[in-house]
Amino acid sequence: MSANATNGLAYEEGLLFEQSRPGRRGAELPAADVPRVDPRALLGPLVRDDLPGLPEVSEVDVVRHFTRLSTWNAAVDLGLYPLGSCTMKYNPKLNERVARLPGFAAAHPLSPAERVQGLLALFFDLEQLLAEIAGMDRVTLQPAAGAQGELAGIMMIRAYHEARGEKRRKVLVPDSAHGTNPASAALNGYEVVSVASGPDGILHPDAVAAVMDEQVAALMVTNPNTLGLFERHIAEICEVVHAKGGLVYGDGANLNALLGIARPGDMGIDVMHMNLHKTFSTPHGGGGPGAGPVAVKALLAPHLPVPVVARRPDGAFEWRDDLPGTIGRLHGQHGNVGMLVRAYTYILSLGAEGLRRCSEMAVLNANYLLARLEDTFHVPYPGTVMHECVLSDRNLADTGVTTMDVAKRLIDHGYHPPTIYFPLIVPGALMIEPTESESLEGLDRFADALLAIAEEARTAPETVRSAPHRTRLRRLDETLAARKPVLRWQPDDAGR
Amino acid sequence: MLARTGHAQLDELFAAIPAALRLGRVLKVPEGLSEQEVVQHLGALAARNEHAQAGPWFLGAGAYAHFLPSAVDALVSRAEFTTSYTPYQPEISQGTLQAIYEWQSMLAALTGLDVANASMYDGASATAEAALMAMRVTRRRKVVVSEGLHAHYRQVLETYLGGLDAELVSVPRGPDGRSASAAERIDAETACLLLQQPAFLGTLEDVAAAAAAAHAHGALCVVTVSEALSLALLQAPGALGADIVCGEAQSFGVPLSFGGPHVGFLTAKAAHVRQLPGRLVGQTVDAEGRRGFVLTLSTREQHIRRERATSNICTNQGLCLLMATIYLALLGRRGLRELAELNLAKAEYAKARVRQTPGLRLPLAAPTFNEFVIGLSEPAAAALARARSQGVVAGLDLARYAPELGPTVLFCATELASRESIDRALALLAGSGA
Repeated sequence: MSANATNGLAYEEGLLFEQSRPGRRGAELPAADVPRVDPRALLGPLVRDDLPGLPEVSEVDVVRHFTRLSTWNAAVDLGLYPLGSCTMKYNPKLNERVARLPGFAAAHPLSPAERVQGLLALFFDLEQLLAEIAGMDRVTLQPAAGAQGELAGIMMIRAYHEARGEKRRKVLVPDSAHGTNPASAALNGYEVVSVASGPDGILHPDAVAAVMDEQVAALMVTNPNTLGLFERHIAEICEVVHAKGGLVYGDGANLNALLGIARPGDMGIDVMHMNLHKTFSTPHGGGGPGAGPVAVKALLAPHLPVPVVARRPDGAFEWRDDLPGTIGRLHGQHGNVGMLVRAYTYILSLGAEGLRRCSEMAVLNANYLLARLEDTFHVPYPGTVMHECVLSDRNLADTGVTTMDVAKRLIDHGYHPPTIYFPLIVPGALMIEPTESESLEGLDRFADALLAIAEEARTAPETVRSAPHRTRLRRLDETLAARKPVLRWQPDDAGR
Repeated sequence: MLARTGHAQLDELFAAIPAALRLGRVLKVPEGLSEQEVVQHLGALAARNEHAQAGPWFLGAGAYAHFLPSAVDALVSRAEFTTSYTPYQPEISQGTLQAIYEWQSMLAALTGLDVANASMYDGASATAEAALMAMRVTRRRKVVVSEGLHAHYRQVLETYLGGLDAELVSVPRGPDGRSASAAERIDAETACLLLQQPAFLGTLEDVAAAAAAAHAHGALCVVTVSEALSLALLQAPGALGADIVCGEAQSFGVPLSFGGPHVGFLTAKAAHVRQLPGRLVGQTVDAEGRRGFVLTLSTREQHIRRERATSNICTNQGLCLLMATIYLALLGRRGLRELAELNLAKAEYAKARVRQTPGLRLPLAAPTFNEFVIGLSEPAAAALARARSQGVVAGLDLARYAPELGPTVLFCATELASRESIDRALALLAGSGA
């Protein structure tokens, strides 16, 4: 088998709490230079007795514990992580260095603007850069992730309609959309209406027109969509929506295909979020933090969240919150600033040519993988793709091997599986996004692994169905976890 | 490579994009820079910001300067944590999953509730999501909110509730700084009573009384915590009757970073777990019966339930959650409590000094933790500017937040504050130390 992972020394490691021994600790406090206070004497019944749910472990215990845990994770720095729509590209180490400069990492959100001019200048500059890349007019950097960006965008759309005296109640969402799209619309009180993709996997103006009326506040669209296909009718679709007074929200999750090549703003999109942790290389951190800046056309600028950064005539930067149409504040402070610093660093490093090159290579890589795999795996929507391609398990149906099995077997080859069973419109979907970070040799090894698994599905299907075989743990029982939820360790679990 | 795709030119890969939609020019983005140039450019921007490592620092108000043990950054910098994503594939994500399970366990213990989720964006959005959750649980539309809630949290709450059929009712601050007469604002339409502990101005609320008042009308009691270290000293809100405890855990080893990324948390009773927003990790077994961890109860979430999900949250604050988990492990059962007591001692020392200093006063009588209000005899902006001119950041000007108190600053003394720096800051605020 064409594996790039072999057996190594894997450590077992229990829960922190099971290693706890009375009196151990991993941090020493400085000697008190002020009189001690008896909390009970001062605060009486407001004070608790003890913290029995916290462990007592030494610094070495803690370091070994988390180092061992880390070895159980797949990661971009270990190998290809082709999770579709997540853009798991390489995260330059420079980003990390810069974000740790004390002038960024130890700055306080409530320092007066004149004392943090470097950060405000960075905000101002990053907004301009993102607006140019997206083809939009203004940007808010507050949203902490893509989904909060969607929420902000939907709120601005609501504010826009209400400012015109209109109460619209519906939002259109294609059936290929990310789950966050309908959830964001619903969280802001909208009724979600699904729009079917065409037989070619993309949206068609007539399908949108059929459900478009004066009750529709917006259409949410992802371009390229989750099949990796460019929505080639996007301009006409935007016209259909605009003609009835609606706006178009762009989900920027897949912007990595378009940098410097085409801009959502030029297609008719009115508002969109960008995932800095996808397109702009900030690390995904095991689930976050991300950042989801939202770019808008001028017609939505009066509704941006506050505060916004502005440049005064004397060149200094200031916060402004006197925006009469604002949706209000979205983040407790200024957003995930550490991520903004990293993304800014990335854009400055790549420059205009580098950004374009990044999208060109991401698209080339996806098409190369598709070319290597399309004779073996079923391709539900054949043709040239953008930054990701979607396969399915249909050609394996007679072997009993499913997409889940293929994904788990890929782990034995040392790869994180692609996104699976999404988009929902493709049964047994395998959604592969290699990003621009992979070399030809790396792509070939990954394609070889998938082809070997397809072959193995015919020769030894049980081996595939029972994968993974080489991980520390075998397949985990998710049904048990949901049926009998055990969501925390408790002190009386100690004897287990 | 290109030939294998069946194309002769790279441009052909983009043929699906109509010509009219192509950019057709180079982006107006500066030319790329070398690593050295980027470090120099960003270093110059960083140098233009005041920060908490440069000198005495008494500014908190929702973002707290605490000492960061070296092991926290060393461990979270491991690429296996930094460059992984949401643990959708549990067999190769056990490190992240087990750490989240440990976080859930410690947060539940600290708040006195049954379940904690795998983080929210920040304290403000956690508070807004807690209010929405209370509305779902009770099927009611009114949210009664203490004016002791951080002004920014209140604004975010208003933003989140903006498009919904919901009503916000305020509970005023009494003369000693605590919420007053909450009970009379709660009725049969009230989903929850929401208060912050300690309150924005540092005062300690009577959570037990608040919970009893809420429960008398079938409403929930939601407690928001923005200085999470207080949980190590004060009665667990859950033990006092709170149904949801949420807030901001930045104090547990997460850098200030100009306000983010920080780490919101949300904990609740087991009975309400199906209404909880965000991700949850649960224990299970593998095919050979060994203990392992998986994402669970995901039918609450957007990727399964779409428009009927409990929230739209997807990406959360995973790496900051890990920082906090490592921090809590290092400090541990004794260290965290001792640290909280040290914070209390520093603040009490500062309060005692204020009482002795002509020109300064303590306008609010209620007990506090590590942060409290100091009344001044001149506009706070002038006093704070004087302190800054001597390299001391002596608190937050409350002119925007509590103008009715007259000239005041919110003063926070953590373990980083030395006795000498406290003396100096107070002298500067009083106008005698310049």
